Amino acid sequence: MAGSAQTLENLANREYEWGFVTDIEADQAPPGLNEDIIRLISHKKSEPGWLLEWRLRAYQRWLEMPEPEWSMVQHPPIDYQSIVYYSAPKQRKQTESLDEVDPELLRTYEKLGIPLLEQKRLAGVAVDAVFDSVSVATTFKHELEKHGIVFCSFSEAVQKHPDLVQRYLGSVVPYSDNKHACLNSAVFTDGSFVYVPKGVRCPMELSTYFRINAENTGQFERTLIVAEERSYVSYLEGCTAPKRDENQLHAAVVELVALDNAEIKYSTVQNWYPGDSEGRGGIYNFVTKRGKCLGKRSKISWTQVETGSAITWKYPSCILQGDDSIGEFYSVALTANRQQADTGTKMIHLGKRTRSTIISKGISAGHGVNTYRGLVKIGPRADGARNYSQCDSLLLGDKCAAHTFPYLEVKNPTATVEHEATTSKIGDDQLFFCQQRGISPEDAVSMIVNGFCKQVLRELPMEFAVEAQKLLGLSLEGSVG
Amino acid sequence: MNAPLLEIEDLHASAGGEEILHGIDLVVRAGEVHAVMGPNGSGKSTLAGVLAGKPSIEVTRGKVSYFGRNLLDIAPEERAREGIFLAFQYPVEIPGVSNMYFLKTALNAGRRHRGQEELDAIDFLALVREKMKLMQIDEKMMNRSINEGFSGGEKKRNEVLQMAVLEPRLAILDETDSGLDIDALRIVSNGVNALRSPDRSMIVITHYQRLLDYIVPDFVHVLASGRIIKSGGKELALELEEKGYAWIDGGAGR
Repeated sequence: MAGSAQTLENLANREYEWGFVTDIEADQAPPGLNEDIIRLISHKKSEPGWLLEWRLRAYQRWLEMPEPEWSMVQHPPIDYQSIVYYSAPKQRKQTESLDEVDPELLRTYEKLGIPLLEQKRLAGVAVDAVFDSVSVATTFKHELEKHGIVFCSFSEAVQKHPDLVQRYLGSVVPYSDNKHACLNSAVFTDGSFVYVPKGVRCPMELSTYFRINAENTGQFERTLIVAEERSYVSYLEGCTAPKRDENQLHAAVVELVALDNAEIKYSTVQNWYPGDSEGRGGIYNFVTKRGKCLGKRSKISWTQVETGSAITWKYPSCILQGDDSIGEFYSVALTANRQQADTGTKMIHLGKRTRSTIISKGISAGHGVNTYRGLVKIGPRADGARNYSQCDSLLLGDKCAAHTFPYLEVKNPTATVEHEATTSKIGDDQLFFCQQRGISPEDAVSMIVNGFCKQVLRELPMEFAVEAQKLLGLSLEGSVG
Repeated sequence: MNAPLLEIEDLHASAGGEEILHGIDLVVRAGEVHAVMGPNGSGKSTLAGVLAGKPSIEVTRGKVSYFGRNLLDIAPEERAREGIFLAFQYPVEIPGVSNMYFLKTALNAGRRHRGQEELDAIDFLALVREKMKLMQIDEKMMNRSINEGFSGGEKKRNEVLQMAVLEPRLAILDETDSGLDIDALRIVSNGVNALRSPDRSMIVITHYQRLLDYIVPDFVHVLASGRIIKSGGKELALELEEKGYAWIDGGAGR
């Protein structure tokens, strides 16, 4: 049995290509979490008083709240006092033009495949680059301004669009939502802000690229996207981090608001450092993402490809408040080596005739543990609501695990809820069949995995679908042979 | 006489810790069709597995050379690219991967290996359409996942289609006739016969003589308890059919 059984076990030796460190001087706060640190962050960002108050309330709540312990993920207790909550690369003030951005940072992003300079930019994609605690550059800003679209760092939005921020911040994910959201609300340092005015269809993909660089820091960013009536925006986030033996914490909050007939498409290609084959290091990715379909016939669609992080804990959700609104969740989560993922979604149907679709594909390899956890809740007023859920698991090898926890709460008899689930295994006989046709085991595994994920990958914007496919292949590299 | 394409010498092989082949000798030359017959459990599929490089089979003794190279040293995928094709007795299903995509990937893997240019989608489609007609497989079926929801007959037709597209030098058909009705048997046999050529050899493994009415072999070998106990021309198959395996192995085969 030596050949392919071992093959599937070897999933381990994957190399993480994005693990380099940028040598750049940083302006850092001392490690530890207390009111002074929060005041320092707020001061550094010249924030208005109400925002500092909000942060401090969140901090108080965080102190009282226990760690969430209901998920399948396991990790030693996090020492919050050893984390640095603010780390910014030193550069000449806030830059208006990209020419002023530190060349070392530009090189870093170029190495990551995200060129920021005018002549090399990805066509049709505007990028906000977040490095540790701050946004270092945003491309195509002026082009977007012509359409009345605001796309900038969160810090800039607080200065330039305080009313919008005050109106919507915490309106979808209250600071008291859960322990990680509390922490984020207290110490968030930057992130992206998007505002699409009435009737505007955003002419390009908007994207944020998150990079953790400094040691012992956490990244706590917030994203807020507001789509006014009849507007449309497609947004994508990507993320990587250096290889380190210590775990680093990433606790983000994303809030989306869609008004009447608006549509937000939010895609994630998550590739944080996953740790090594022994489970040393890697990012703890504890993220709260939620969208509110506030308006009638509005639509929010989440697509995520999660290949990185030591632990992923996230449930991008939709509150379907407006009548006839639509929520979608398409997910691929891959866990190899010692990675753990507990991910899924919540679809909260409040409005009439609201519809939701959940397609979740979990791939487990090595000693990976993959859990789908999803809630479909149909409120008493949600007449004619419909949900379709499909959760598929694919196992590679025999030391990994997959779990599925679908929760249903139906309080309206006219609702239709469907759930399908499958578990399959890439078998030795499938691999041998492919080999016998001349296909290498590596290519066979990536072909089978891509086939398994097709339903989700085709939801990604084209450029990123290709990247995601490559990433899935790379993440499984060394799994065979 | 043609140069040997495949030479098997004193081949011993085991699976699951038990020796199944106890010394096989066989020479196959270019253009020849050899039928291997024998009762269940005689080692026919194990022989096919050894040639294709199935990982769960261990060769414990003997030699196998293919075009003069030691076949046993070559990885299964390279054997395939070098022209060895196994039509599986039980073709597997692979959900989510279309037949069309799979076949194109397989064909191009072989072409790359041989230093040929890869076929693009258009040229590939032209090639495969012609073979689809021969095997009576329609485009809808090709766009479905590999063997998923296929009937037994469809799976076997799909195997021969893959063989027709990949154009192997040595084709091994492992009970390609099992589970086929008479119409499907005719389609499959036509497909196989269309591939017969002076530089392509075949090993046709079957339990019944029936298939050999359609695919007429040059040689017939009878395998029983892991050994070839009798070899002859095509008439040996008829004799077997008439008298049963007991006639030849004195009851050793079950």
